[in-house]
Amino acid sequence: MTGFTARPEGRPAHDAEPSGTPRGTGGTAGRPGPADSGPADELTVVPKRHPGRWVTAIALLIVAAATLHSVFTNPRFGWDVVNTYLRDVSIGRGLLVTLELTAVCMAIGIVLGVVLAVMRLSANPVVRSAAFLYVSFFRGTPVLVQLLFWYNLAALYPQLTFGLPGVSLDANRLITPMLAALLGLGLNEAAYMSEIVRAGVQSVDHGQGEAAGALGLTKMQTMRRVILPQAMRVIIPPTGNETIGMLKTTALVSVLAVPDLLYSAQILYARNFQTIPLLIVASIWYLTVTTVLTIGQFYVERRFSRGNRTVAPTPLQQFRQLLRTHTPSATGRTPE
Amino acid sequence: MKKPDTVRPGAAAHLPADRQPPMVRAENVRKRFGPLEVLKGVDLEVRRGEVVCLIGPSGSGKSTFLRCINHLETLDGGRIWVGGQVVGYQRRGSKLHELGDREICRQRTEIGMVFQHFNLFPHMTVLQNLIEAPLRALKEPKAEATERALALLEQVGLGDKASAYPRHLSGGQQQRVAIARALCMRPKLMLFDEPTSALDPELVGDVLTVMRDLAASGMTMIVVTHEMGFARDIADRVVFFEAGQAVEVGPAKQVITEPRHARTKAFLAAVR
Repeated sequence: MTGFTARPEGRPAHDAEPSGTPRGTGGTAGRPGPADSGPADELTVVPKRHPGRWVTAIALLIVAAATLHSVFTNPRFGWDVVNTYLRDVSIGRGLLVTLELTAVCMAIGIVLGVVLAVMRLSANPVVRSAAFLYVSFFRGTPVLVQLLFWYNLAALYPQLTFGLPGVSLDANRLITPMLAALLGLGLNEAAYMSEIVRAGVQSVDHGQGEAAGALGLTKMQTMRRVILPQAMRVIIPPTGNETIGMLKTTALVSVLAVPDLLYSAQILYARNFQTIPLLIVASIWYLTVTTVLTIGQFYVERRFSRGNRTVAPTPLQQFRQLLRTHTPSATGRTPE
Repeated sequence: MKKPDTVRPGAAAHLPADRQPPMVRAENVRKRFGPLEVLKGVDLEVRRGEVVCLIGPSGSGKSTFLRCINHLETLDGGRIWVGGQVVGYQRRGSKLHELGDREICRQRTEIGMVFQHFNLFPHMTVLQNLIEAPLRALKEPKAEATERALALLEQVGLGDKASAYPRHLSGGQQQRVAIARALCMRPKLMLFDEPTSALDPELVGDVLTVMRDLAASGMTMIVVTHEMGFARDIADRVVFFEAGQAVEVGPAKQVITEPRHARTKAFLAAVR
């Protein structure tokens, strides 16, 4: 006995074609069966219906309406206060500090991240291990702890000499809250970015590097002209996520009294006790910037998928596509 | 295909043909991957303008040998000369020292290579694929490289595809672009690593036609192939590889139609 079990012959499966044997006795030549004969173009193709979509849509609408009603009728949200402080000067300054922190920390993260990634992919075992140690250290401790460490660096090294003769800087004056924030967030980000860049470089087909090498391009030229441009397609989406994540992580610097968006709001509500409205103000601005960044990310991704099969449609194109599939005439269906 | 378009004047061009050193000389080439010995001392000489096909079962070391010729693989023993120069190494006393990246790259600019999977750069247009290496590795002016690239595309029958991206081309067209890309460096030697193995059967012909033209133009070619018909018709000599050794070397027609070695006979009987 073999391990295989065959379906008994002579008993066709449930949905098998009725082959050869005439089905029933009433099937005469003049009367075509309901679905298995006749010219195909006379039949209407009906796509699968999705009643569940309508049910979930209605349920969600009810929940959304209830939530909105509560939000706008509960006076404790203090929407008038929100409206007043949304364009407040100190909130605006805080937003600029948040944007500056995000931009500079991401720049540090990306540049250092690429260097670390190239180091991790190096054939030199010393360089490789150094990058590995860096990544494990900065990924292995909370970024909040790192921020506090940089902020309190003066407790470790009151005078910074950098090992150079004649150099002696007062750590307390050199490491301002802003510099501690940039170092803490930037160096931490570099660890994550290096992993993203490494994954991108490794995603490029091995043959690409070989082909470039066989043409006489040096390793550096190959990396810059052939590997990295192709790795970008893999690197860009998570980098966009990292940027959006960084924008929100900058809120941590409020513990160092850096006047970012959150800390500016905190200063205000410490004075006027409008805690919730001011947190809403901060949230609205965070949400606005992340939305702008998300849109930017979408178009940057499109740019870098050049020469590739799947170029994502823009939201406008997607919307048009949605309208088209839900317009009866476009699908070949006759309207009910 | 005209010879001056594709062949850069070599160092020994002034010598008469019969006094020139062989284009490729391999001497006792050995290579191992970990415990596996893939090349067990291969000797081969390829004259200028000669077309040599390497055949044999997969895993016999023919592709590895080909990749050693432009130093895509390092050697564990023996030497390979291309145009009278040792590839990838420099002799100091009794030792061979591996050359630096820059020097190896300079040697590779004279050796064109075509891969089984084309390996075109997908983020560049066809024209950019062709001129990238001439611009970066040979530091040629762009106008000059572009002019030669367009002429080469014309020769491989793809004159209208210069601004297309590789993904818009069929496999056969991509492989012809890859051949043009290698020729754009004006190499003195062309290596082909199973150039038609990844192609749909109906697309093989176009690629083989281009290779035939190239052979007729006097290019020195070493081709790893399973196309026995091509090997018989185009190659001057055929080398049968098995288990890391060049088992049988001889004129193409003789090796393929009346092989002497028992293993060659068995292999040819199996692929036919």
